[in-house]
Amino acid sequence: MRGMRGFGKWALPVYSVIAFVFLLIPIAYTIAFSFNDSRRSNISWRGFTLDNWFGVCQAQDVCTAFGKSIAIGLVATLVATVLGTMIAIALVRYRFRFRSSTTLLLFLPMATPEVVLGSGLAAQFLAAGVQKGMLTIVLAHIMFCISFVVVTVRARVASLDPALEEAGRDLYANPRQVFWRITFPLLLPGIVAAALLAFALSFDDFIITNFNAGPEVTLPKYIYTAAARGIPAEANVIASAVFLLAIVIVLAVQLTGAVRRKRLLQQ
Amino acid sequence: MAFTAFASDTALAPQQEPTKRGRVALLLLLPGLAYLAVFFLAPLISLILTSLQRPAEFGDFGQYEYAFNVDNYADVFGAYGGHIVRSIAYSSAATVAALLLGYPLAYFIAVTLRRWPVWQGLALTLVIAPFFISFLLRTLAWKQILSDEGPVLGFLQLVQVLPDGARLTGTDFSVIFGLTYNFLPFMVLPIYASLASLDLRLLEASRDLYANAWSSFWRVTVPLSLPGIISGSLLVLIPAAGDYVNASLDFLGGTGTAMVGNVIETLFIETGNYPEASALSVILMALILVPVAFYVLFTRTEDLI
Amino acid sequence: MAAPSKPAESGADLELVGITKQFPGYRAIEELDLSIPAGSFFALLGPSGCGKTTTLRLIAGLEEPTSGRILIGGSDVTGQKPHERPVNTVFQSYALFPHMTILENVSFGLKRRGVSDYKVKAIEALKLVELDHLAGRKPSQLSGGQQQRVALARAVVNRPALLLLDEPLGALDLKLRRQMQLELKTIQTEVGLTFLHVTHDQEEAMTMADTVAVMNRGRIEQLGAPQELYELPRTAFVANFLGQSNLFTGEVLEATDALIALEVGGRRVVVPAARAARRSGQVTIGVRPEKLLLHLEEPSLDGVNTLGPGRVVDVSFSGVSTQYLVAVPGVGQIIVFSQNLVHGAVINRGATVWLTWSIEHGFGLEDIAETRPHFDDEASAPGLPGVVAEAV
Repeated sequence: MRGMRGFGKWALPVYSVIAFVFLLIPIAYTIAFSFNDSRRSNISWRGFTLDNWFGVCQAQDVCTAFGKSIAIGLVATLVATVLGTMIAIALVRYRFRFRSSTTLLLFLPMATPEVVLGSGLAAQFLAAGVQKGMLTIVLAHIMFCISFVVVTVRARVASLDPALEEAGRDLYANPRQVFWRITFPLLLPGIVAAALLAFALSFDDFIITNFNAGPEVTLPKYIYTAAARGIPAEANVIASAVFLLAIVIVLAVQLTGAVRRKRLLQQ
Repeated sequence: MAFTAFASDTALAPQQEPTKRGRVALLLLLPGLAYLAVFFLAPLISLILTSLQRPAEFGDFGQYEYAFNVDNYADVFGAYGGHIVRSIAYSSAATVAALLLGYPLAYFIAVTLRRWPVWQGLALTLVIAPFFISFLLRTLAWKQILSDEGPVLGFLQLVQVLPDGARLTGTDFSVIFGLTYNFLPFMVLPIYASLASLDLRLLEASRDLYANAWSSFWRVTVPLSLPGIISGSLLVLIPAAGDYVNASLDFLGGTGTAMVGNVIETLFIETGNYPEASALSVILMALILVPVAFYVLFTRTEDLI
Repeated sequence: MAAPSKPAESGADLELVGITKQFPGYRAIEELDLSIPAGSFFALLGPSGCGKTTTLRLIAGLEEPTSGRILIGGSDVTGQKPHERPVNTVFQSYALFPHMTILENVSFGLKRRGVSDYKVKAIEALKLVELDHLAGRKPSQLSGGQQQRVALARAVVNRPALLLLDEPLGALDLKLRRQMQLELKTIQTEVGLTFLHVTHDQEEAMTMADTVAVMNRGRIEQLGAPQELYELPRTAFVANFLGQSNLFTGEVLEATDALIALEVGGRRVVVPAARAARRSGQVTIGVRPEKLLLHLEEPSLDGVNTLGPGRVVDVSFSGVSTQYLVAVPGVGQIIVFSQNLVHGAVINRGATVWLTWSIEHGFGLEDIAETRPHFDDEASAPGLPGVVAEAV
């Protein structure tokens, strides 16, 4: 691919720009329609307005569902991040038997279609006679987030020079101080990244939630059921706001990292 | 490295073999693994047990009891064989499409943009940007854009690519399109990760050894990015095979596009026919396990996650 | 927290008694006894995998010995955790905490021990390594040499009874390494602590240390002052790891109180009895390449050993000296370093030469050198890369 002249030289950049536009079209559409002066359904463009943004909670159902999604996301993220971080540390730093079975057990949830995870858990709750609700949703979300947390944090633990912890022990820090003053601060970027990923997965999950929600309505479930009759623009407002917030965070992280790498390249 | 595409690509420190052992490891592992045992492994077993249930003899309609009723499998194969085939076809087509669309993009970001880290970071952000907006709203946006009144269909009819009366939504094409779009980032990221570590001097060496650009690409670049291609393909294939949003009537699907996921949803949530829904889930899982098992066999267990 | 012993005003002595370390599958250290006097600069020298780093980690408490005892300043620390020992380490990778400033790094140990004026002490330590002006920087903003000095300050500031240095100069380039060697030696003299320095660089060990222990396969082969080790190596390993040696093995012909004589390549070669470890049977003796003299005619001198005639098979000029490789039938290839007193090489390849050395320069080994296969015939290719490579 390198070294092609003329057409070949420009083909890849031009294609890539088109691909980026392709990826962004539905996002732009969703954001644009959050400003649509719509009535009941938000299908055709009827003029620009800011009302949807200033009166988000006029559509009460949307707001309630959003609140529930946030609550579920926070709890599931917290638990999955703690459990997953512990596993990640053990995987990198300790020797133990059943290592490959452990790895397989962590890999399989990521390799199982969501509809199987969702229906399986639902069958389990059914058999155990557990009433579906917020609790079952949270339990389900923790389950599929753990593996992703392990993967993310493990990479960070693996990049941590064990000599740093040894240096801490050598410099009179007891095991607790070594963890909280050296290991944890150095793992923090990885843990934060894992938590953000877990929250994003939980917040946007529909398929597994649908099987285990019972009467509870999360934001994705609300959108799914409302799709038949038309989504209120307020849903677009919330999605756009979440998107913009997330993108600002990611851009900030990416750019500081890139600037640091650039500085390294120049040295 | 397979599924680690989500992890930040920090350089690895000089890693020694783990030497510590003992009770601490157990304390760290146990809570999480126990959780997965209860809420992941046990449900899979539950699913198999449920799939073998039969209607309760003296119960009300819709009540089932545990049995060894293999007929459920025969029934769902008979009734939903077409859906199974369609799921395989749609998800395979989406995987191939995502690979063809995603590889050049991953190459551009990993290799062409390598000397401009800021632009590279920006490009990666654009690739993952769709993750930050609701999956369902994204799909609905495509539904509107591709709809009968939408701009794309109108344009295609104007330039006579499509005849009058043709539709884009509700067709095989629109479902595969939706699956491809929604899971494209899962293809790009792992390929990017394996190309990002590609040493460009290898390509120079290949050119030096009389390979032209094309054969350098096929004999050096592609083999070295194969791990990324394989994990990317699995990451698209698995969610695509089980998806029921894109193929749903309210989204990009039509009356003739229902996939296994749609059937499972209907049987489980609406009809309450748990045994047949579970049987279909087990079949789907078994089908997915074929490529996954190959992947596991040819990957060092350490590299699985 | 467990209070570690008080900061030492001067170094303490270290004693290892019968230390063995068994790892799964191999034994890293075998029945090691070692004692290092207080205030000395001690170097542990050996090839990679010889067990020197493991020894260091055992002393620091980062590994536990399978058996044996470790005593610092007379008290048994074998059961103590690393943070309880009056020992600090300068790590090979420096292991500076990347999330802390230089000042925070250096004051880390002081704070853990509850020293109140940690800031003053940390600045003092940074002054010692001339980096006090960078106290507010992060480690990633420093050069390799600067990071190395911070690592040193971070350890020295605690006034440990024993300072362990794990190949601390390995990551620096040659010029910086030479400079740091001198600085490290100066600092050790200034602070008066006991330094235990682990390295695989024989020149580094000899330049810096009062005492060098040569380690091989988990054992100490020989221990002594650098000059003593160089002039009178006791084993074939030491003779070749510390500089280069020409080793000859032969049957003892005669042993008196003053000397032993053996047969090498058909000639009688003599070593002073005081410099020979064995007196009968097969014996390996050696001589350093720079102690050899080349002659174009057969010499007839007293008080020297003579070998030859041989043929010069390779000449390589290295500035200060010229290295000759001489093949002597029945003896093998002999390396000769000759000072460049005249311009360029004096003797050309292919010349027939005789070699001599003063009797008092020879040494007799405890063990028998393994005969090297290519030492046998003159016909083996000239300028053998294997032999030349060993010279590097």
